Amino acid sequence: MRGWQRYVKIIVGGAILLVLVVSGVAAPLLAPYDPREQRLANRLQPPSLTTERGRYILGTDNLGRDLLSRIIYGSRISLLVGAATVVLAGLFGCIVGAIAGYFGEMVDEVISKTTEIFLAFPFLLLAIAIMAFLGQGVFNLILALVLSRWVQYCRVVRGEVLSLREREFVQAARALGGKDLYIIARHVLPNTLPSVMVIATFAMAIVIIAEASLSFLGLGVPPSVPTWGSMLSEGRSYMYRAPWLTIFPGMAIFITVLGINLLGDGLRDILDPKLSRQG
Amino acid sequence: MLRRRFIGAIPVLLGVSFIVFFLMHLAPGDPVNLLLGDAATEAEIERTRREWGLDRPLVVQYWEFIRRAVRGDFGMSLRYGVPVSTLIFERLPATLELAFASLFVAIIISLPIGVYSAIKHNSFWDHSGMTLAMIGVSLPNFWLGIMLIFFLGGQLNLLPVAGRIEYGIEIKPITHLYLVDSLLTGNLAALWSALKHLLMPAVTLGTSLAAIVTRIARSSVLEVIRQDYITTARAKGLSEQAVIWKHTLRNAMITIITILGLQLGALLAGSVITETVFSWPGIGGLLIQAISTRDYKLVQGVIFFFAIMYFIVNLIVDLLYMWVDPRIRL
Repeated sequence: MRGWQRYVKIIVGGAILLVLVVSGVAAPLLAPYDPREQRLANRLQPPSLTTERGRYILGTDNLGRDLLSRIIYGSRISLLVGAATVVLAGLFGCIVGAIAGYFGEMVDEVISKTTEIFLAFPFLLLAIAIMAFLGQGVFNLILALVLSRWVQYCRVVRGEVLSLREREFVQAARALGGKDLYIIARHVLPNTLPSVMVIATFAMAIVIIAEASLSFLGLGVPPSVPTWGSMLSEGRSYMYRAPWLTIFPGMAIFITVLGINLLGDGLRDILDPKLSRQG
Repeated sequence: MLRRRFIGAIPVLLGVSFIVFFLMHLAPGDPVNLLLGDAATEAEIERTRREWGLDRPLVVQYWEFIRRAVRGDFGMSLRYGVPVSTLIFERLPATLELAFASLFVAIIISLPIGVYSAIKHNSFWDHSGMTLAMIGVSLPNFWLGIMLIFFLGGQLNLLPVAGRIEYGIEIKPITHLYLVDSLLTGNLAALWSALKHLLMPAVTLGTSLAAIVTRIARSSVLEVIRQDYITTARAKGLSEQAVIWKHTLRNAMITIITILGLQLGALLAGSVITETVFSWPGIGGLLIQAISTRDYKLVQGVIFFFAIMYFIVNLIVDLLYMWVDPRIRL
């Protein structure tokens, strides 16, 4: 791939992510209706550009709430949970991974065993387990996802730091009397950034699906907050009467995740020359 | 190496058991209230606290938890009033059948597409294969399941939308895997019904695994195909078929099996959602029921069981390495 073709995935993925961010931030301006406002007279209206009762582009749900407005507001939770989890799990995982790789020996042994313990649980299952006991809530949800996700960063960063610490520039910084924590923060961690960015992008896609899955199972945020997963779950009861209630929220999740995966693929092609040669 | 693998597993299993044990104490409030619900009387709470040993120090409780877990005793389900392990083993065949079927679906979709994409690198087929994989990996499986139910079950009325077998069809239980049992007993009506019931859940659960394995299969075949020994095989005049089947695929399979093994955990976790969507009577569905009825002993038992199953699967993957790659000796 040459020239601009290399950037197609990044542009398309980035554009989709941008739409998600804009719709989340500007939800009150973009949403035609209040996502919680119930109009029972208008319940289960099919998608239509103009009806006598109002303009419901994506239809209404069983309580007469506008689906488009709920999908626009729903992007907030996906974005918030996705971004917060990726940043917090990334920070924690990278720091712990760098400490393990840099200091080695006993510290590495303990941290590596701990990551093995967390990896013994399938990712979503650990999040389900934590949510089952903590209960619904945005904070709990982010905590559960961070606890389930940090190990991926930790393992990759540990591996990279193991080889980075032997490199000349790190040895030189040490010879010049640099303190360990300074060397980790200033010289080691910044060099792991390309790999971390690629993992973070794919992790965002995985976390958004996980959030939607947990909300679908009733283990996400409280039902009063509109999320794509809970909309799908509610819509299931009206699947044959009002298929739009399951089709559109699912499309929103799918397109968002597809966009982020495209972005991650594009970033990997550019940041990881070995893989991009294969692709 | 095998012995080292087992010894190394002990601290990991202890850590896993500690997390599972600790989960109960993660919940806000008294675990006894969680176990009994809000309507419990003071006397009931006190009695349960003593029965479950919750009045003893945490370390003692943890030791007791491990001691019982080693014997397969995860306690009693509050809702069903039977041992948690009985409930798990009753439902295990349904989950296993779904997991194997999904694995089968994933393999028959991913291997041909992935390998062909690599052989025809940068062609139209390669790009189409990779686009399909990208779509597959981005599809939330619960949505895919709901859409399949809507179109294939509801609109076209082609496949049943819930359960494992048609009501009224009896199967003589041998392995409790319906497909196997119906084959063993020659019960074709049951086989057909079980297959129809299994198809949609297996596709739902297998799709994302298929997408991941397609990409891995393609990249590992690409990597192997560029090795010197493949050039040598071609140079000595071997047919392209022999080069691909004997030399390339066998070496590429090492990576593919690793990924399949690692992804089996995701398959187990995914079964929780797929079983809920299709009312599949397996362990995943049992977990969600247990969470919604606050049957915490059952939740704890199922989570522990899943983690151990995942661990065993990873061990089996390690053993498979030896079979595929004789260079790795155990």
